[in-house]
Amino acid sequence: MPAPDDFRTQLEALRPYLLRYASLQLRDAAAAEDTVQEALLAALAGEASFAGRANLRTWLTGILKHKIVDAIRRQAREPVVSAYADEEPGEIDELFSERGHWNERPAAWGDPDGALEQAQFFRALERCLERLPSRTAQVFMLREHLGFETGEICKELSITPTHCWVLLYRARMTLRECLQQTWFGK
Amino acid sequence: MKLLSCKETTRLVSQGLDRELAFAERVALRVHFAYCLGCRRASRQMKFLRQAVRELPART
Repeated sequence: MPAPDDFRTQLEALRPYLLRYASLQLRDAAAAEDTVQEALLAALAGEASFAGRANLRTWLTGILKHKIVDAIRRQAREPVVSAYADEEPGEIDELFSERGHWNERPAAWGDPDGALEQAQFFRALERCLERLPSRTAQVFMLREHLGFETGEICKELSITPTHCWVLLYRARMTLRECLQQTWFGK
Repeated sequence: MKLLSCKETTRLVSQGLDRELAFAERVALRVHFAYCLGCRRASRQMKFLRQAVRELPART
């Protein structure tokens, strides 16, 4: 096991990565800072449980995921609903004609598996995620990144399943469009 | 049977990633996919998106 100071330094080195990861899901800089701080403190306290594991980053990300879910639960209970105010619909409608046909047919994506090998691609994906309205992004990340069932998400955020599906649909369509423009269509 | 529009199709594809579709819904999707290349692509791309987002964040 490394010396305590050494362990602390290793944790600190991961702070920028953790902040980016938390911001992507919480969409609130202050909340992300707090959550990362909580995760780092928990990691320091739990150093013994890390001993012998191969990857500090993976272990730390696991701790942070739990803290992020806690933070989202707290946010959802707050009476101030700024982050939860509803956002503008409409963008999806622009993709289709009045009769519901594509205005522009989706193009084929060349070598998507190859994209998954490139750090640059994930950067582009993160930038697309950052453009989503915050509630939409949160629901989408809870579902697709953290793997929660829609039922659980609805319950935690006090929204109806139908609303949940609408948000997820919007997120997927918007991200598909964004990746088309910023990555696959280039 | 009512034919789906592309908008309805993409909505159903998305819901299929979140809930179990009814038999009639799956049939309606198949019928639409049979003649609509755009929706076949959109469907594949939404599934790809799921895979990509699972693998976030970027390794830098």
